[in-house]
Amino acid sequence: MLLITCPFCGARNETEFVYGGPVGRDRPDAAKVSDDEWLDYLLIVPNPIGPVHERWWHARGCGDWFTIWRNTITHDIVDGPDNE
Amino acid sequence: MTSLESSKPRWTRLGHTFLDRAALMLKNITVMQKYTVFSLLRNGLSGHQNWSPAWRSPPLRDKYDVIIIGAGGHGLATAYYLAKEHKITNVAVLERGWLGGGNVARNTVTIRSNYLRDQSIPFYVKSVELYEGLTKELNFNMMHSKRTMIDVVHNYPKMRELRRRQLTMDIYGSTYEQIFTEEVRRRIPALTGGGPGSRLPVIGGMVHTDAGVNRHDAVAWGYARAADAHGVEMHQQTPVKSLIRGTDGRIEGVETVRGTVRAKKVVVAVSGHTTTLTETVGLKLPLRTMNLTAFVSEPVKPLVDVVVNCPDLGFYFSQSDKGEMVIGGAPDSGQSFRRDIKQHVFEDTVGAMLELFPSFKKLKLMRQWGGHLDITHDASPIMDETDVGGLFVTAGWWGGYKAIPAGGLTMAHHVATGHPHPLMKDFTVNRFKNLEFIMETGTTTAR
Repeated sequence: MLLITCPFCGARNETEFVYGGPVGRDRPDAAKVSDDEWLDYLLIVPNPIGPVHERWWHARGCGDWFTIWRNTITHDIVDGPDNE
Repeated sequence: MTSLESSKPRWTRLGHTFLDRAALMLKNITVMQKYTVFSLLRNGLSGHQNWSPAWRSPPLRDKYDVIIIGAGGHGLATAYYLAKEHKITNVAVLERGWLGGGNVARNTVTIRSNYLRDQSIPFYVKSVELYEGLTKELNFNMMHSKRTMIDVVHNYPKMRELRRRQLTMDIYGSTYEQIFTEEVRRRIPALTGGGPGSRLPVIGGMVHTDAGVNRHDAVAWGYARAADAHGVEMHQQTPVKSLIRGTDGRIEGVETVRGTVRAKKVVVAVSGHTTTLTETVGLKLPLRTMNLTAFVSEPVKPLVDVVVNCPDLGFYFSQSDKGEMVIGGAPDSGQSFRRDIKQHVFEDTVGAMLELFPSFKKLKLMRQWGGHLDITHDASPIMDETDVGGLFVTAGWWGGYKAIPAGGLTMAHHVATGHPHPLMKDFTVNRFKNLEFIMETGTTTAR
């Protein structure tokens, strides 16, 4: 079970949260990028054994959406480039 | 003190070496020791000391025609059908841990073909058919137990979706039939919850008579033994570190901890770690790795003779021959490469189960396990040659246990002939590029 820190409520039990999917890249301008780049944006999600960037929703709490970096093998919530 | 090995007469050791060499040279005529009631009797008389090993442990060579990464269900089945159907026997199966120790040992052994899509159903119908004949085909007791699966349904949209599945399944010879709540309760006497006053009353069920369960170890060992008899080599404790790409961009082999092994064709059958490997040659695949859990109760007397699936509550179970309840639930949210299970995922599943089967409250749970699987955007598998020539991938299996025979058969066909087998031709990598998704709701039992 994870202890997730909501930016508003602080550290809470994982069961209060809903996983919101991986954080992908910023949406490129579809008119400007090539088909391959667009498909890459649509389809490819980083799948490392290590930290991933993901969204969580404090659904059974304050309702806030936020992102965390979590290690896929240890489940540790770690500092990512955005969390500094 | 002399060891057992050196106390043997010298000629025996020489004889063994010679036999090993002969077996290596004349691989196609390796004779498999047949398991019969007579061989059991004969070996019983000698205290079961003289069984020959089910497969050899030959030295790793530096070149093969085909390398298969992963000695799990799909890898071993592919090796077997390559040898049997296409006479390609210069094959090495490389396994990181031990044979049959990955997801083929980390599932709930449910075999069924109640899928939604025209692309999926014939594939799984074929797989169920192959499973039913596997004990004879491989001369290995699969302990196959054909039994009905009953979906217990709680809401009308789900019922409509399952009836839609029924119409498509009818076309391809799979069975699905709707029954009323009274009939559900008659067939599953232990189902005492879910009454009219409960939070989620049962409104009916769907019956799939083609389902079954069998023994997962037997599937791995049976395929391994039969492939070995055709000359295929199994190399355990041989983790592949990276794939090797030639100057022409095609696959050239793999880098293992035991050295470089070359082959013009490489099959990646490593559920969960597919992207870990393909990224070593710069190939990105639309896969995410997740953790799916299962657990087993203490054995009790025969209580439920069907596979019970509850898509709305998110759990399913069957009773094994030993009497244990084999229970599966929903995947953990988020990406995960772990093989244990989270307490709350487990509690959610048990809570859902107790709503329908309150008497199970008394059961003690004995074991739990998780497997990691890589899933695609449409929950259908990828079985294809990738953009790296000669590199084949069988991945995206969510509930891939039931797909092992057909998966191996069709993948072997693709590797041997260069053309996809008709049953798997739609499960391409490029379907994502063309946005031709095969959105499959039948993938997990609990969905």
